[in-house]
Amino acid sequence: MSQEIHDHHHAHEPDCGCGCHGDQPNPFEELSPVLDRYADIPGSLITILQKAQELYGFLSVELMRYIALETHTAIAKVYGVATFYTQFRFKPVGKYLIMLCQGTACHVNGSKQVEEAVMDYLDITEGETTPDGLFTLNNVACLGCCSLSPVMMINDDTYGQLTRDKVTHILAELKEKAGQDPMDSEISAQEVNA
Amino acid sequence: MKVIIGSGSCGIAAGAHKVQTAFEAIIAEKGLALSVEQTGCIGTCYLEPIVDVVDDAGNKVTFVNVTTDDARRIIDDYVIAQQELADLRISQDDLTMIGKQQRIVLRNSGIIDPEQIDDYLAVDGYAAARKCLTEMTPEAIIETVKIAGLKGRGGAGFPTWFKWDAAKKSPGTTKYMVCNADEGDPGAFMDRSVLESDPHALIEGMLIGARAIGANEGIVYVRAEYPLAIVRLQKAIDQAREKGYLGNDIFGTGFAFDLRIKAGAGAFVCGEETALIASLEGERGMPRLKPPFPAQKGYWNKPTNINNVETFANVPWIFRNGGAAYAALGTKESKGTKVFALTGKVKKGGLVEIPMGLTLKDVIFDIGGGIKQDKAFKAVQMGGPSGGCIPASLLDTQIDYAEITKTGAIMGSGGMVVMDETTCMVDMARFFLDFTCKESCGKCTYCRVGTTRMLEILNRITQGEGRDGDIELLEELCYKIKDGSLCGLGQTAPNPVLTTIKYFRNEYEDHIYHHKCTARSCKPLLTYTIDKDKCVGCGACKKNCPVAAITGEKKLVHEINQDICIKCGKCFTVCKFDSVIID
Ligand SMILES: Cc1cc2nc3c(=O)[nH]c(=O)nc-3n(C[C@H](O)[C@H](O)[C@H](O)COP(=O)(O)O)c2cc1C
Ligand code: FES
Repeated sequence: MSQEIHDHHHAHEPDCGCGCHGDQPNPFEELSPVLDRYADIPGSLITILQKAQELYGFLSVELMRYIALETHTAIAKVYGVATFYTQFRFKPVGKYLIMLCQGTACHVNGSKQVEEAVMDYLDITEGETTPDGLFTLNNVACLGCCSLSPVMMINDDTYGQLTRDKVTHILAELKEKAGQDPMDSEISAQEVNA
Repeated sequence: MKVIIGSGSCGIAAGAHKVQTAFEAIIAEKGLALSVEQTGCIGTCYLEPIVDVVDDAGNKVTFVNVTTDDARRIIDDYVIAQQELADLRISQDDLTMIGKQQRIVLRNSGIIDPEQIDDYLAVDGYAAARKCLTEMTPEAIIETVKIAGLKGRGGAGFPTWFKWDAAKKSPGTTKYMVCNADEGDPGAFMDRSVLESDPHALIEGMLIGARAIGANEGIVYVRAEYPLAIVRLQKAIDQAREKGYLGNDIFGTGFAFDLRIKAGAGAFVCGEETALIASLEGERGMPRLKPPFPAQKGYWNKPTNINNVETFANVPWIFRNGGAAYAALGTKESKGTKVFALTGKVKKGGLVEIPMGLTLKDVIFDIGGGIKQDKAFKAVQMGGPSGGCIPASLLDTQIDYAEITKTGAIMGSGGMVVMDETTCMVDMARFFLDFTCKESCGKCTYCRVGTTRMLEILNRITQGEGRDGDIELLEELCYKIKDGSLCGLGQTAPNPVLTTIKYFRNEYEDHIYHHKCTARSCKPLLTYTIDKDKCVGCGACKKNCPVAAITGEKKLVHEINQDICIKCGKCFTVCKFDSVIID
């Protein structure tokens, strides 16, 4: 990360509130290209929040405050918009984000059993992350793969025609994979606890 | 010769990428002169991964449910040894399912490579746009759409020509053409498939519409859960721009139109036009009162026209074949075709496009092959959270906007979720209310609080705590919510409850007065017992029971203590001998 004090749309000073204290390196330096591109285009708040979440995994209060400052928006508005949409998260997520479909087709074809299987195996409920920082469980409404229902998506991979056994098997495999990759899981655990 | 892999989201979920990698490896290993290409979704999602092998003369053979092992067989036995390989080929029955359809919107899906604009051009792509821009006036374009009788496919079924005409006549020079690709109905995926399989059809349709209303800027509002659709559409936009179909001076006419994507952020209500506009402007997606309609005051208060993906995808076909050809299909009031996402307990789930006027039975039984495991059909849900459940007695209902509305359901955007005897209709009503209650934006009290109260009542009923008067109370709330809500979300949220009460009142009564769920779906209403004749005393149920309600010695018949049992169903799931009886 660059050490220079980045001057963006507001002058950084001790009480500016963005977390830089006037002399610290900007903690959200990576967001600068996004802000450069969108901060002055009206109506871009959701896009900025999406890109910020892509970069940092979730929207912390500091991050939202920073975006508010940089875009000259009230923090209440940033928070208001962010909380309106289900895509935005305010807590860190695990290495594997499980998006469990609870759409109509999946419901009819037994998504409840799939949910139970996930909850039994990982011992977490909707919205929670496992203590090892590996898995987060989120419910979503329809992933658009209804003919393969019940369906879940883990990060970028979609799994269809799920059964209890299949779910347990998939999760066990991911767990094992993460175990073989200690560097990886260490980093993600750190990120999660940050 | 080439190998073409069906690579829509459904294909990929079923393993298309792995199959593609397998093919590429085998072809490289053998040094064969075979190219591997991809295409979108043909609609028979239950057969994915689907692989077409096309010889140099253009003859196509389709293989279905292909695994990585099958990839080797296809190369070794079919391509090299020229054997039949009948067991992997698509069956005649499945071909008939496709054959019975009439494909306009899905004309290219599963046939062309969505990432290659040349593929689209080879099937006369952009010819309709060229004709509209170079030979037709905006008035003539709108007239053709009027003759075609095209109605909006996003749910409400409003005549498209009327909206275009209003936006065109609306004063102002800056106008916007917006595509609603929010596809909020959970259980429907027509729009996703068009975006993934034939994105240029959407772009071309939007370009024609933009020309008609005089818009120079277009936006496609795509649902956040559709990452592949966004990638493919962006590629298509870039290619169209490169070829000069987007940008300044299109076809040398001086007309300018450009398109960008806005990814939604997950809110069902943003499918509603005014909420969608608020969301495009970076705000909370709260609907506002109409009028003014978007055609007068839309995006940044400028005249804006919003249409659904499928509506736009119909447009190029209409101009290539004429409005009359489109109007020749369908019923008196509902013209053309409609795409449905046929899912749930149906044998052959996937996307089907049929001319309006067929009956529900035609779609579910003739094309969809009937109910899985030949169980009894109970109902079909149309219109998602805004729609309703249509019972078996109305299976002869024609697919036509007015006819479907008469049943209490709506045509909707195309979700058709089939339910069998194991689906509890009270639970379905509860499911949809749970959805609308969560998705209500909170602006109107009736929608916000009313749906919450209804959900509480439905929760109680499905948990066996229903009370006398609950049905009447639900009905009363339904009518009040309809009257007291500003937007379509609240106005239609009661539909799933009203239709299930109308057609399946006995199920509500069974739950409330007899503490019985005949579909055996509401767990608190069930009793679990062990069949003495089948139990071998393996102990699996006892071990897995979370509350130690099961007793029994190893190798002896086990028993469930009804006073302790919390009806979680675990014993039923783990029993390998089918000896747990649910009643
Ligand atoms: C709560 C709600 C959700 C909606 N969701 C969608 C949607 O996901 N996709 C869509 O095209 N239309 C949706 N609509 C309908 C749109 O408001 C609008 O009528 C439609 O996009 C117009 O396009 P069309 O005339 O081509 O159908 C929704 C309406 C409401 C009230
Ligand atoms: S309902 Fe689950 S993928 Fe559509």
